[in-house]
Amino acid sequence: MASCGRSQVISLYRMLMKESRKFPSYNYRTYALRRIQDGFRANLHVDNPKTLDMLLSQARESLALIKRQVSVGQMYSTQKTIIEGNDQRGF
Amino acid sequence: MMSRALVTRKLLGTMCGTSGPRLNYTQTAVSAALVHTEIIKSRELEKDELRPLYMDFQATTPMDPRVLDAMLPYQVNYYGNPHSRTHAYGWESESAMEKARKQVADLISADPREIVFTSGATESNNMSIKGVARFYKAKKKHIITTQTEHKCVLDSCRVLEAEGFDVTYLPVKNNGLIDLEQLEEAIRPDTSLVSVMTVNNEIGVRQPVKEIGHLCRSKNVFFHTDAAQAIGKIPVNVSDWKVDLMSISGHKIYGPKGVGALYVRRRPRVRLEPLQNGGGQERGLRSGTVPTPLAVGLGAACEIAQQEMEYDHKRVTILANRLVQKIMSEIPDVVMNGDPEQRYPGCINLSFAYVEGESLLMALKDVALSSGSACTSASLEPSYVLRAIGADEDLAHSSIRFGIGRFTTEEEVDYTAEKCIQQVKRLREMSPLWEMVQEGIDLKSIKWTQH
Repeated sequence: MASCGRSQVISLYRMLMKESRKFPSYNYRTYALRRIQDGFRANLHVDNPKTLDMLLSQARESLALIKRQVSVGQMYSTQKTIIEGNDQRGF
Repeated sequence: MMSRALVTRKLLGTMCGTSGPRLNYTQTAVSAALVHTEIIKSRELEKDELRPLYMDFQATTPMDPRVLDAMLPYQVNYYGNPHSRTHAYGWESESAMEKARKQVADLISADPREIVFTSGATESNNMSIKGVARFYKAKKKHIITTQTEHKCVLDSCRVLEAEGFDVTYLPVKNNGLIDLEQLEEAIRPDTSLVSVMTVNNEIGVRQPVKEIGHLCRSKNVFFHTDAAQAIGKIPVNVSDWKVDLMSISGHKIYGPKGVGALYVRRRPRVRLEPLQNGGGQERGLRSGTVPTPLAVGLGAACEIAQQEMEYDHKRVTILANRLVQKIMSEIPDVVMNGDPEQRYPGCINLSFAYVEGESLLMALKDVALSSGSACTSASLEPSYVLRAIGADEDLAHSSIRFGIGRFTTEEEVDYTAEKCIQQVKRLREMSPLWEMVQEGIDLKSIKWTQH
């Protein structure tokens, strides 16, 4: 159970990060990446199966939401902000 | 040196034409430092031009993608009128609206039945001030507010004055907070309402709302607070604070524009005369169809704000300290307006002495900033809020408000601080006043000749 949960968590985390990188808006993108990292870190030591299940289903919902909102964002994308112009790290 | 200053001032005097307040303003010492004073021109960005970064979260906030996601179904498929009781279209909209009402109520620890949807905090403020005053006018004719309230509160009070009500505009102390003893003295037997905002939109100070609430309850006076800048950012509890009416805005908490809410206490009951009459929606207090998608968006924004409050607050505090620390360590004579402790950290109002705010804003064209509230940002008049806290005329002219929010990044803060430092230094080097100060001349001792 624990190991199965762990691989699920890691794969969800990777998918969330991968999807969030697609946000065209600088601020939404950096926020999503930061929030996902901090959220997973805050729940690093959760081992109660019920809580874990709840968190996993929340993460799955978030993934679907991010996918939808990335599409919306891509439909109406706009100029880059000045920060992105200067920042080459590419976030 | 002096002659250069005078020439500039004369020039400005002719440029600004005949408008009274502006002419006065050009006569003040600080404007002598300015060569290029003109109101910032609006223009559209070119296709490939980079967008300025956003640092004006008090004016409005970008909508959270989670909010838009909650709203979209109601903009697309579920278009029923939430007040239709005879078919499924109505029922689904109604249940979405009621869920949103509960989300708003939960954020401020109220009962959902005490929430009325409005078009925004301006309407909520108008409704509560005019509504309560007019309902109780037979016996009570006095209202108390403060000098640093939002324009819509002050203007509602002006309207009431024209209708024969008595209004006391309480002054604030130099830190922007009201004096509770002064408030207690101002309360009369015929006072119906006290209205004090929770967090100020220009300088970010937090009024002692809980103490005011308890004082008003003990004197049997209704208490209204404009919490547009407070909810979702600091914990708000209407029963602890003994608030009777509270205004809420959607677009200040990453929700949609054009929607807000008013909390109206049921026990003890607060009665108000509605501004808008008609179909009797919202307990008859605000007739008109509730815009389901907007209400759903407000509800979602409130729920997210509640979940994220601690996380956001921690982050905003870190970023705000970073900004202030960077700027203050690099340039002297920077004053932070408002109480240093009793405040919401995401609203930072700084005065840069010997630099004119509008020219600094123009120089910082890569950053979307403002010198005060958006409603008054078109005028060159110094903000009445800064005047009320007793800021010197020249300091009031040199202030800029930095708004930090959920989506602000470290890089944006660093960029803003860096640009700000660079431009303030540049503008000061151009300023004859700054030169005089460096030579040790006390500017207050100079007698400027009048023309």
